[in-house]
Amino acid sequence: MNRALPVLSVLAGIIAIWYLAAVWMNSTWVYDQAERAGTTVSFAEMVPQTMNQDRPLLPPPHQVGAELWKGLFGQAVTSKRSLVYHGYVTFKGTMMGFGLGIVFGVLLAMAIVRFRVMDMSVMPWAIISQTVPIVALAPMIITLSSQLGLTDRDVPKAVIAAYLSFFPVLVSMVKGLRAPDQMQLDLLKTYGASEGETFLKLRLPASMPYFFASLKVAVAASLVGTIVGELPTGAIEGLGARMLIGSQFGEPLIMWASLFAAAILAGLLILVVGFVERAARKRMGVPA
Amino acid sequence: MSALWLAVVFWLAAWALNVWLAGSRVSKSGPGRALVPLIFGVTVLVLWEGIVRGLGVEGVILPAPSVIAAKIAVEMPTLWQDFVQTILKGAIPGFLIGAGAAFLTAVAIDRSPFLQRGLLPVGNFVAALPIVGLAPILVMWFGFDWQSKAAVVVVMVFFPMLVNIVAGLQASERMQRDLMATWGASYLQTLVKLRLPAAMPFIFNGLKIASTLALIGAIVAEFFGSPVYGMGFRISTEVGRLGLDMVWATIAVAALAGSAFYGLITLIERGVTFWHPSQRH
Repeated sequence: MNRALPVLSVLAGIIAIWYLAAVWMNSTWVYDQAERAGTTVSFAEMVPQTMNQDRPLLPPPHQVGAELWKGLFGQAVTSKRSLVYHGYVTFKGTMMGFGLGIVFGVLLAMAIVRFRVMDMSVMPWAIISQTVPIVALAPMIITLSSQLGLTDRDVPKAVIAAYLSFFPVLVSMVKGLRAPDQMQLDLLKTYGASEGETFLKLRLPASMPYFFASLKVAVAASLVGTIVGELPTGAIEGLGARMLIGSQFGEPLIMWASLFAAAILAGLLILVVGFVERAARKRMGVPA
Repeated sequence: MSALWLAVVFWLAAWALNVWLAGSRVSKSGPGRALVPLIFGVTVLVLWEGIVRGLGVEGVILPAPSVIAAKIAVEMPTLWQDFVQTILKGAIPGFLIGAGAAFLTAVAIDRSPFLQRGLLPVGNFVAALPIVGLAPILVMWFGFDWQSKAAVVVVMVFFPMLVNIVAGLQASERMQRDLMATWGASYLQTLVKLRLPAAMPFIFNGLKIASTLALIGAIVAEFFGSPVYGMGFRISTEVGRLGLDMVWATIAVAALAGSAFYGLITLIERGVTFWHPSQRH
C-alpha cells in the first residue's frame, strides 16, 4: 500500500491531464462544426462533444480503452482486426530478435574476453554500432533480404531487433565473464583446470547475475526494434504496421489502441523476464 | 576474382598485424589503442570492397564502399540539406528541450518524496516502452515540418532523462548532506554545490542514451510524413527507387552524426565529471 499509493496518484494525475488536454485539443473541431452550422455552443455544451468524436485529435482515455477492449476481446483471435493477432506477430518477431541477440551477444562477449585482440578491435565498433540510428538501416535490411530471396518478413524484423538487443547482453557478459578475481582464477590453476573447465566452472556461473540483469533491457530494446522494423516497410501484420495503417487512413483510435497494446506487451515481457531473473537468482543462491 | 583474393590477403595481413599489435607494447600507449580498432575498421571496408568487386555483387544488393564514397562527394549539397533538416532542426532542439524539461521536472519534484516514489516506477516503465509509436500521432498534431520531429524527440528523450536525473539527485551521501547542513547551507546551496555535481555522472549517462534515441526519433518521424528533404525521407524514397548507393551515403552521414554527437557528450562529460573514478585513468 505504501508503494502503490504514490504510483496510483501519479497515474490518476496523468489521466486527469489527459482529459483536460483532450477537451482542449478536440474543442477546435466542435467550434468549427458549430460555426459551419451557424450556431454557437457554450462551454458546457462543448465538453461532452469532445468526448466521443469519430476522429478526435486526442482521444480521451475511455475512448482508447473501449477501442483497446474491442481490439483485444471484441473479435476472434485470428481476425485481422484483432490486436491479439497483431500483438502475436510482433511478439514472435521480438522473441526471434531477442534470441538472436542473446546468442550473438554472448558469443561475441566470450571471444572478447578470451582474445585481447578482439577486445581491442571489436569493442569500440560495438559501441559505435549503437550510435548509428538503426532505423536508418531498417528499410535497407528489408530490401536487402527481399533481394536475397527471403520473402519471409520475420527475418529482417528479427535482424533489426537483434541489432538493438545484442548490445546490453554483450556489455554485461563482458563484465560478468571478467568478474572472477585473480584469487579464484589462481585457485583453479592450482587444481590444474584447463581453460575450458575454468570457463564452464568459474567464469560462466560468475557471469549469470550480469546476464540476467541485462535481459530486461534487451527485451525492451528488442520490442522497439521489432516495431521499428514493421513501420517503414508496408508490412501488414504486427502492431507497428497497425500504427502505420492508422496513420495513413487517419484513424487516430487505431493508432492509440495499438500503441497501448504495444505498451501492454512491453509490460508483460518485462514482467516475465523479471520473473525468470528472480527464479534464476534464487536457484543460484544469490540474495535478491 | 583477383579483387577478392587481394582483399582476403589484406584481411589476413591486417589480422596478423592486429594480433601482434595487441600483444606488443605499442597497444599500451594512447595512439596505439586507437590504431587497433582503426585497422579493424579499414579491414572491414577493404573486405567489403573486395567481396562486392570480386563476386560481382549487384549495386541493388550491396554497393561497394568506393561507390558510396563517390556518391557522398557528388551529392554533398543534398546530404547537407538533409542533415540540417533532420539533425540540426529536428534532433538537436528536441534533445535540448526534452533534456531541459526532464531536468526542470526532476528538480521540481525533488522536494516531494511522494511524487518521486510515484514518478520513478512510472518513468521507468515508460522509458522501456516503444515510444517511437507516438511518432505518427505527433506528426498528425504538429504537421510535416521539423516541429513534429522535434516533438517526437522530446517525448523519447524525456523519460530516460527524468529517471536518470532523479536517481542522480539521490546519489550524494548522507554524510555529505549532513556536512552541508552543519555549514548552514540552504536547500538551494546544497542543490547547486553538492547534489547537482554529484548527479552529473548519472545525467551524462542519461544524455548518452538520449543522444541515440534523439536520432532514432527524428528519422522515424520522417517516415510518417515530411517535406521533400530530410534523412528519413531520403532513405525511404531512395529505398523505393533502389538507389541503394544514396541510402548508404545517408546511413554513413547518420552514423557519423550519431558518433560525433555521442563523442561530444563524452568530451563534455570528461570535463565536468573529472573527479569521478571512471574518468581517472
